[in-house]
Amino acid sequence: MSAAEVTSQEYIKHHLQNLTVGEGFWALHIDTLGWSIFLGLVFLTIFRSVAKKAEAGVPGKLQCAVEMIVEFVDDSVKSTFHGKNPVIAPLALTIFVWVLLMNAMDWVPVDLIPRIFELFGVHYMKAVPTTDPNMTFALALGVFVLIIYYSIKVKGIGGFIKELTTQPFGHWSLYPVNFILEMVTLLARPLSLALRLFGNLYAGELIFLLIATIGLFQLPVHFLWAAFHLLVIPLQAFIFMMLTILYLSLAHEDH
Amino acid sequence: MNLNATLIGELIAFIVFVIFCMKYVWPPIIGAIEARQATIADGLAASDRAAKDLELAQEKATAQLKEAKAQAAEIIEAAKKRETQLVEEAAEKAHAEKEKILAAGHAEIETERNQAKEELRQQVAILAVAGAEKILERSIDAAAHSDILDKLVAEL
Repeated sequence: MSAAEVTSQEYIKHHLQNLTVGEGFWALHIDTLGWSIFLGLVFLTIFRSVAKKAEAGVPGKLQCAVEMIVEFVDDSVKSTFHGKNPVIAPLALTIFVWVLLMNAMDWVPVDLIPRIFELFGVHYMKAVPTTDPNMTFALALGVFVLIIYYSIKVKGIGGFIKELTTQPFGHWSLYPVNFILEMVTLLARPLSLALRLFGNLYAGELIFLLIATIGLFQLPVHFLWAAFHLLVIPLQAFIFMMLTILYLSLAHEDH
Repeated sequence: MNLNATLIGELIAFIVFVIFCMKYVWPPIIGAIEARQATIADGLAASDRAAKDLELAQEKATAQLKEAKAQAAEIIEAAKKRETQLVEEAAEKAHAEKEKILAAGHAEIETERNQAKEELRQQVAILAVAGAEKILERSIDAAAHSDILDKLVAEL
């Protein structure tokens, strides 16, 4: 599908279309699911292969690389979260590496993967899973469930409700106002997590597509935009991880 | 925004990945890292300790060397003293021996001289007797006998 046959609007619209199976709510984005699970398996396969052979002696090169990432995540967790929790660190590692890999799909030229799939008769293919809100909301929802779970586990159900109602205003007549404010704060967390990641990557992808429509000059511009994504891609993965750690550590704090 | 069942699928994938990571990825890797950190810390502490030990040993060695030198000097001093003493003793002994030998020599000479004197005396007596006999054999003539007497005198 070349630019000569279709208008740029159609071209962009086509590229932003997910490969979908089913209708309405029960529709599944096969490309998002496929790529994200594939990248998740890449992450787990590499890390598991290192974990199986991990020993305290002199590490190999792959082990060094993996340990650098693990230590980076571990340091980030330790600098923010001071309690004991066996879930937070592996969760942060999974989020960081998985989101990083999914974001990194943005560097693959926008037409490359769709073209290859077109050869096999697949007409829609969106290769960057984090440009699909389903992906980012799934991550955010997972984190949100953990926030609620640990809030109740640490403070008890009464403590959690008390936290939602008795502040910032101390007087009983203002408890409903407090509750509304706190609920907004609480709900804003997963929403902002999901929308930030989705927004950044979706916009990045959209601009890649726009650049792809400008003809021969797209090559240097593509390079510049891809170079800029050297910042965006790791930064968004890092922010998602850091905020997850922060929200979970707030959930552990007793007032 | 097009939220649908994909979200549920991704949520399940997310949960499975996190649980897998929590069970099979994180513990061995962080365990290896921490074990290595402990090993390195131990190694550094050991090297610190070894450096301190070395310093102590060097100090000890220096002290011992000093002591040994002092002892050696003392021993040399004693040996010198003993040497002088020995030389003096030997000289004294030699002197005494010399005196003794000299005294013995003197005594021997004395006895030999006395013996010689005695022998001489005996011989003089015999000669005198022999002379008297010869004189008695002839008539006593002073002039004639003077040669005999001269001989006697010469024999003395």
